[in-house]
Amino acid sequence: MSTVLFDTPGPKARARHKLMTVAAAVLASAILAWVLWKLWTEDEFEAELWKDLSQPNIWKAYFIGLVATLKVAASAIVSAIIFGALFAVARLSDRAFIRFPARVVVEFFRAVPLLLLIIFIYFGIGLGLYWSLVVALTLYNGSVLAEVFRAGILAVPRGQSEAALAVGMRKNQVMRVVLLPQSVAIMLPAIISQCVIVLKDTALGIIVGYRELVRESQGIAQFVHHSIVSLLIAAVIFIIINYSLSKFAVYVERKFAKRGRTSAGKLDPAVDPALNSGNG
Amino acid sequence: MEALIENYDEIVEGFYTTLWLLLFSAIFATAIGTVMASFRVSPIASLKLIGTSYVNVFRNTPLVLVLALAIEVIPTLGFNSLGFSLGFRNFSTFFVVAALGLSFYTAAFVCEAIRSGVNSVSAGQAEAARSVGMSFTQSLRLVVLPQAFRSVIPPLASTYIALAKNTSVVAIFGVADAAYVMRTLANDYASDLWFIFFGIALGYVLIVAVIATTAGLLEKRLAVAR
Repeated sequence: MSTVLFDTPGPKARARHKLMTVAAAVLASAILAWVLWKLWTEDEFEAELWKDLSQPNIWKAYFIGLVATLKVAASAIVSAIIFGALFAVARLSDRAFIRFPARVVVEFFRAVPLLLLIIFIYFGIGLGLYWSLVVALTLYNGSVLAEVFRAGILAVPRGQSEAALAVGMRKNQVMRVVLLPQSVAIMLPAIISQCVIVLKDTALGIIVGYRELVRESQGIAQFVHHSIVSLLIAAVIFIIINYSLSKFAVYVERKFAKRGRTSAGKLDPAVDPALNSGNG
Repeated sequence: MEALIENYDEIVEGFYTTLWLLLFSAIFATAIGTVMASFRVSPIASLKLIGTSYVNVFRNTPLVLVLALAIEVIPTLGFNSLGFSLGFRNFSTFFVVAALGLSFYTAAFVCEAIRSGVNSVSAGQAEAARSVGMSFTQSLRLVVLPQAFRSVIPPLASTYIALAKNTSVVAIFGVADAAYVMRTLANDYASDLWFIFFGIALGYVLIVAVIATTAGLLEKRLAVAR
């Protein structure tokens, strides 16, 4: 295989690569072993800890935390999709007095850290823990999704909407019948990637004291007097869920691409959540 | 309004902390991310695996959890005195550990940005460079990397913008950045919360705007007609 970075390796280069593969693997294992050994000598893996962790109450606490995380994330993603769809259409409106305010709202909530938004809504509007978190997540992720949806609709070739207008469809018919169905194919993977971000961002609820998975694992850490393993368990739960979601997004993307259901191109990388899931 | 005026010094100090965090984390994250990206595109199988695992682990863990783990793990490994002084400003060990946590997390996104930039250069470019007689380093230096650099700018800029906003998360652990100042002011001046929120949010919007504008200018400057 030839790539831009190196020529196709010959027999000598292949042998060298094999040697370096082994060397790098040995070095990496040595570093990992040192970390584990160091944690071992600091008593992070004592027998006592495993006895404590095997109590059913601990696992119940993890489960309660996970359910709390999923509950907020599910409500937030559903309302974010609605918010995003409304504001994407508003930003594509022909009327400036609709387009401009929608743009200000979307740009503002995208630029403000979610943590500030959570603090503000909880203390300033007083919706209660759960709904403050859901509203803050909706405003931020809805604004991100509005940009995704807008880019998705713009990715449908102009000829499509021109043709639809030429056969006499109304503007909202063009949007409903022609543009949206075609752009769903490129939006769907983006929505799934956004779910990963929402799931991770629920952890910011800690700032106002919402008891989700990370908060629960911190509580467990205090209870069993060993932080690292207790926190790592929460990390593993997150990684399993989010990794499967990311894989699912890739699968959906491939499936739509293969079927050729759309004339739309690819999503602009500047708004693609798969590349930009930089938040919390 | 007076909450903002009375606590002006505290807020400005908070934003200094935010900006220093942003600076250090951006440098570390770019360094780690570049190394991981080079691992991921290398022909060495074990390095590829390391790069991929790094990205999958850190991209799928909440930043709060990464920071909590960094705060526990880094001192336990024996790195207890990471604090340093730049003469006019002292940085505590806790500050450096928080910056490292942010960097480990952000590095995963830097890695993906750089990798997508390198992948956007088509193999034909390198093949053409080789066939006109350029050496391997020449092709990399004159043909591949300039093009890759150009397409790396937009995703890298959005990574830094996300980092600027993510620095606020350290407030959860008590680093006195701008978000932390807002959290304390929210308690003390409950009636003034609208001003406090929009005032401090404006600061973040400015930081984001500066990064976005710089990236836009850089992109325009490097743009070529194709």
